Amino acid sequence: MEETNVSAPGGLAHRLASDPSSRKRFLKMAGGVGTAGALGLFLAACGGSAEKQADNHIPPADDLGIVNYALLLEFLEVGFYEDVLASGLFAQSPLLKTIKLIHSNEQEHVDALASTVEQLGGTPVKDPKADFGEVINKGDKAVLALASTIENLGAAAYLAQAPKIQAPDILALALSIHSVEGRHAAALNSAAGLPFEVRGEPLQGSIPNGPFARPLDRDAVIKLLDPYLPKVANEVKEAPQ
Amino acid sequence: MSPLTREAFLLRGALAVGATYGAGAVSPFVAAALGQPLTTDVTILNFALNLEQLEAAFYADAIDMAPLSGDVLRLAQKLAANEQAHVEALTSAIKGLGGDPDPAPAFSWGGALDSQASFVKTAVQLEDIGVSAHNGAGPMLQDKKLLATAGSIVQVEARHAALVRALDGQPPTVAAFDQTLTQPQVLELVARYIQD
Repeated sequence: MEETNVSAPGGLAHRLASDPSSRKRFLKMAGGVGTAGALGLFLAACGGSAEKQADNHIPPADDLGIVNYALLLEFLEVGFYEDVLASGLFAQSPLLKTIKLIHSNEQEHVDALASTVEQLGGTPVKDPKADFGEVINKGDKAVLALASTIENLGAAAYLAQAPKIQAPDILALALSIHSVEGRHAAALNSAAGLPFEVRGEPLQGSIPNGPFARPLDRDAVIKLLDPYLPKVANEVKEAPQ
Repeated sequence: MSPLTREAFLLRGALAVGATYGAGAVSPFVAAALGQPLTTDVTILNFALNLEQLEAAFYADAIDMAPLSGDVLRLAQKLAANEQAHVEALTSAIKGLGGDPDPAPAFSWGGALDSQASFVKTAVQLEDIGVSAHNGAGPMLQDKKLLATAGSIVQVEARHAALVRALDGQPPTVAAFDQTLTQPQVLELVARYIQD
């Protein structure tokens, strides 16, 4: 496979082919054994006559709406952790490292989702720039409690969307983010001192729904975010369904 | 069920995506899926079942045989119960599709149950592999309802991974995106625990 076939500017394959650090990240993501084979297949899938045969295909409209919705949730998370880090509340805490890691993960999710929206021909939603000042003023316990809930909410939101995604590669991207949100949720709920489950509170606890995680549809997610983040609801309601 | 073969289905998806984004955007995930030897939903679910059988047996044996105490024992008991529930759910999903659930193979743990530390390290490895295996197989599922089940299981695996990683002093995740593993990659990684 010639790398010159992998030439769409801004495309994932293009970045992998032209940017050594992207390629390194991909190789890490694709795992140890058989990585070279996977990369070869990947490059093979990108070039050749594929694009010529598929001129008539249009993107599933729903996927764009879902990716933009995910992007909005990730914007909120990034904004939240930015404010938390700026507050200095955890500056001396052993949790600082975890919060920084999660913040950086969420930023990577924002970048990947925004670029996916663009690749789908859409316009990425704007960062709602939500204000978390009120929660932060209440101190570290309140912040940790909200972080725990937000991550459980995020994981549940992705879980609800996954079966609705049509394009296999967007599904795979969503799954690779979904499980990381699950990791964040468990880590933060555990750090907040919450048990595995809290009776009657499906968004509290490190494994809050027992062996099978529960999905939360878009309306429920918006409703839960509304009291904290009134600006969010309008943004999401305007997003394509 | 679509009359298309899975390969044709996936290829069609990949081509559509390639056309939409302009050839350059077909993600590595699709290529990994195309490289999978998994060809039917029953095969995929049996692969997931084998991993859950491995994890369920590991935690059950650890509770019986490993010198666990305190938080580690408490977590092992929780994980054992969750993995057993996953085994049962996948078994019944396979039967629901008219398939035959694979029987659990015999496992051997080497020195993994000798100490609390070795138990935790092995648990981290198994949970991380489980997440990557489920994420790799998920896009191959043809029946979207099965994807909801698989998703509800993989999220719990990810939570397990973060919790055992915390016991091992490791961060909850190594990257912003969980890596995907194909079936052969997974089998190679867990081969040491499966008796011939």
